[in-house]
Amino acid sequence: MSRKTLVDAKINGEPTEFLCEPRQSLLECLRDVLELTGSKEGCLTGDCGACTVLIDGRAVCSCLVLGPEVQGKSITTVEGLADATRLHALQQKFLEHASLQCGICTPGFLMSAKALLERNPDPTEPEIRYALAGNLCRCTGYDKIVRAVIDAAKTLRESGTDRAAARG
Amino acid sequence: MHAFNFDAPTSLDDALKVLAAHGEKARPLCGGTDLIIQMRAGVRRPEHVVDIKQIKELRELKFDAKSGLRLGAAVSCIEIHENAQMRKHYPGLTEAAHLIGSLQIQNRASVGGNLCNGSPAADSTPALIALGARARIAGPKGEREVPVDKFVVAPGRTVLAPGELLVQLLIPAPAPHSSDAYLRFIPRNEMDIAVVGVGASITLGGGKISAARIGLGAIAATPIVAVKAAESLIGKKLDDAALALAGRLAAEAGSPIDDMRGTAEYRRHITSVLTIRALTIAAERAAKN
Repeated sequence: MSRKTLVDAKINGEPTEFLCEPRQSLLECLRDVLELTGSKEGCLTGDCGACTVLIDGRAVCSCLVLGPEVQGKSITTVEGLADATRLHALQQKFLEHASLQCGICTPGFLMSAKALLERNPDPTEPEIRYALAGNLCRCTGYDKIVRAVIDAAKTLRESGTDRAAARG
Repeated sequence: MHAFNFDAPTSLDDALKVLAAHGEKARPLCGGTDLIIQMRAGVRRPEHVVDIKQIKELRELKFDAKSGLRLGAAVSCIEIHENAQMRKHYPGLTEAAHLIGSLQIQNRASVGGNLCNGSPAADSTPALIALGARARIAGPKGEREVPVDKFVVAPGRTVLAPGELLVQLLIPAPAPHSSDAYLRFIPRNEMDIAVVGVGASITLGGGKISAARIGLGAIAATPIVAVKAAESLIGKKLDDAALALAGRLAAEAGSPIDDMRGTAEYRRHITSVLTIRALTIAAERAAKN
């Protein structure tokens, strides 16, 4: 039982095929099969958000998705945020606002923030805090993270980076 | 996690064939926000996991002003929240779906899955009970319907027999001058499991209450319907005395336990408070409809 399945998905814009057992989570497939180790393993129960990726533009905990479930889907991970030479505005603002210390939670926060800004380019602070409620940080605290998202949203609006481009 | 086979049927017939072939050894997968955690912990060990998210009937969300709502069992909580008709006609159910876990969870989890998981503290189940929802079930012997307040039979156990699948939730169209509300108590603002959850629906006529239903979560081994509390309101104005009586009867309907989230006595008290508040909100909404 539990033969390996061939999964065909788009990962960070690239058509990608990979083999996995049904019991392997999307997080395991990304990290162990595809060697995309940006998404982090935290609680494995959907509480901490460190493994957050986007499936068809929606933030999910990749530890609570089975590999074969993403057949035909479009996945965005933290590796898909920056272009070849330039960090995404969210990444840049996290650096400028010192929004990370150990960094384990950061990829998840970035992906949740990206999902928010794609739907709502000008969110209020409560909207940002609500959208990030599924991501836990145990060292920096949330204020600097929220400031970075507010600033990144402003930059993205002012630079005219349209939402399609921000989607990567 | 243990090894298992995976199927993702694209039709109801195919899903029922797979479920019938494997019986108790199969388990449907929707958002996975309960099942994958349970499999990882070894609590559930299905040999066949059947992803039911590609089945048309389970993805349907259709509202009709006469026949009411057909809510596919695999419609995600966020799809419910983003649906303008859901927010207008079933605001209580919609707010219940929108306070389950984080956005990451709501993007995957479904109200149908919340019901089938069978938790006594499921947030959306008391809201469904308040609306008089029925579960449309398909299985090897054909289809049947079960009222949602009879669906969960024990913690983690439902009326679903091996081979059966929850297809849709059927909810009556809201009567004129009616609405619903859902409130839960948790010690934090977001992201916690209900100490108590209360769903209420109310219909007004001539300034009095002509119909009411109350669903309660986390104060018994299963989500329950508070019949006496709702009946006590009929024909009355929703004044302080009527609310206090309904709150007291709702608290008496439960058989809560002491646990880390609260004592039985505390749960009864909170049940009364939330019942009063949920009825008040539902009545305010109903007055505008």
